[in-house]
Amino acid sequence: MTDPERWPGRRRLRPRDFAENLVHGLAKAMAHGLAAESLSARKGLLQGLDPRVKLAGCLALIVSGVLAQSLAILAALFLIAVALAFASHITLARLFRQVWLGVLLFTGVIALPAIVVVPGTPVWHIPLLDWPVTEQGLRSAAFLIGRAETSATFALLLILSTPWPHVLKAMRSLGVPVVLVAILGMTHRYIFVLLHSAMQMFEARRSRIVAAMPGRQRRSMVAASAGVLLGKAFHLSAEVHLAMISRGYRGEVHLLDDFHIRPRDWLALGIALALPIMIFWSQR
Amino acid sequence: MHIPDGYLSPATCLVAYAVTLPFWYVAFRRVKRLLHTRMVPLLAVFSAFSFVIMMFNLPLPGGTTGHALGVAVAAIVLGPWAAMVAISIALLIQAVFFGDGGITTYAANCLNMAVVGSLVAYWTYLLIAGKSAPGSSRRVVAAALAGYLAINAAALLTAVEFGLQPMLAHDAAGAPLYAPYPLAIAVPAMMIGHASIAGFAEMAISGGLVAYLQRANPGLLAYSARGADPKPTDAWRSTRALWYGLAGLMILTPLGLLAAGTAWGEWAAADFGSAEARQEIIQASGGMAPPAAAPQGMERLASLWTAPIPDYAPSFMHSAGYGYILSALLGSGLVLLAFLLVSRFAVRKASPER
Repeated sequence: MTDPERWPGRRRLRPRDFAENLVHGLAKAMAHGLAAESLSARKGLLQGLDPRVKLAGCLALIVSGVLAQSLAILAALFLIAVALAFASHITLARLFRQVWLGVLLFTGVIALPAIVVVPGTPVWHIPLLDWPVTEQGLRSAAFLIGRAETSATFALLLILSTPWPHVLKAMRSLGVPVVLVAILGMTHRYIFVLLHSAMQMFEARRSRIVAAMPGRQRRSMVAASAGVLLGKAFHLSAEVHLAMISRGYRGEVHLLDDFHIRPRDWLALGIALALPIMIFWSQR
Repeated sequence: MHIPDGYLSPATCLVAYAVTLPFWYVAFRRVKRLLHTRMVPLLAVFSAFSFVIMMFNLPLPGGTTGHALGVAVAAIVLGPWAAMVAISIALLIQAVFFGDGGITTYAANCLNMAVVGSLVAYWTYLLIAGKSAPGSSRRVVAAALAGYLAINAAALLTAVEFGLQPMLAHDAAGAPLYAPYPLAIAVPAMMIGHASIAGFAEMAISGGLVAYLQRANPGLLAYSARGADPKPTDAWRSTRALWYGLAGLMILTPLGLLAAGTAWGEWAAADFGSAEARQEIIQASGGMAPPAAAPQGMERLASLWTAPIPDYAPSFMHSAGYGYILSALLGSGLVLLAFLLVSRFAVRKASPER
């Protein structure tokens, strides 16, 4: 049921029907979660660092990407991301599939018109249409795509190299309230529970559909499924609440904290924090 | 709608964090007070529900499909403050775990969708639903419109944030460093997609879900059925229209950047001596030439008071656009502070000590 391989995209001979599409989307989200868990258990450069250092370091690198005002600095940051992935046994094919292609398609569509819309020095004219492609337009499109790709790669590296509970515990060191950390942990858990419920609902419905459904009926089916899921969510929260109360929960959250910072963590943190500071000062 | 990292300048991201932080704080405190031990499990499960709803692909008329945000559903079922927290948590997991939306832009995304989206949805729903019966079809229409308006308000705010970027940051050659389109392009481009596809997806899920809950699980609609909660105080009720007006003005502030030329009548004494400024005055006054020198009374009074932030741009700010925004925020804050002091005084006078 939860195995995403049961909905392979490429080998299909007929287009997916509506309910199948929904199930496929939900299955992809679950596959992402499972992949993140298995990769973070491997041995590698990022996997060996303290989660607090990784979280602070990745944030510093993302901020560096946003601060950079030169394409050369952005390219250098992108290469750092690739090198970190390489040293952490995260393949470029995975990065390409999970980040680069998606960001390129999404940001590319947004950035493409900028090459003719942004006024500036014309460098080329599009044949037939005679629209001038400007140098400023090309640069602004490159900035947008470069920043989006670099930042998304750093964010994915953090998630693929760190188990989610560790990311959450590390958030405490950045001042996130402990109650919020507990809620985030539980939310992550119940996302998969509810995804599972939603998939079961859609698959049960799909197995009972014999002909194409009209649009109106499909919309009401999705709304009804959302309604059922909402009812289930409230029921679940009441049960979880009772379970927590019966185990002594009185509104105070306590989490175990068992991280240890070693010299190499300090070194990694120092390098990561130095980057945005250097970029900021060099551009003043 | 989910703004990725790199689309907004660092200054915009910081301002978004500063604006959203008080909403998070107030929302969190209110939710904690109302729910106590139920807060952690309810918010966790509802945030997970919001996340899953955002993944539903809704079939729309015309053969297209669209993703819904579920913001109106959250606001109707939980109320605006709990919805704000639940959607912010869902957005955080989307940004950090699934890479959907940026981390530096997280506050901007929360401001657009969780804060503005929840408030617009909730007040639209209450306004249209009125005192109708919990099972009436008027409530279905109210929910559908709440969803439609909430997503469009969020989209408009996102478009304004995008549209301000070319003014705030560009390199020496004039290439925009972040989102490259000005307001004149960003606003229509965002609004066409949201007023049609995304708006209808949100409309369908909000209206459809309320219609389903009316039949199958009416207890879940109890929160918004009994009206605003906590009950508005008299002071809040009497000043509500003013608050709305103020919020509207704050939202419209960046539009000042669009206005071309000079504001009629807002001339400094020095403008009368400058050829360029004289030309602008003539243009703004329908061809009437101003006097050759500044009126004596104006000159005398001008020296009495010098504004700490002249022409809305602090001297240490190199970018006029950035200074304008900062000044707008500072000005709005001062107006809010003055308003709070006045309303506090008015409330004290209205309720004499016993």
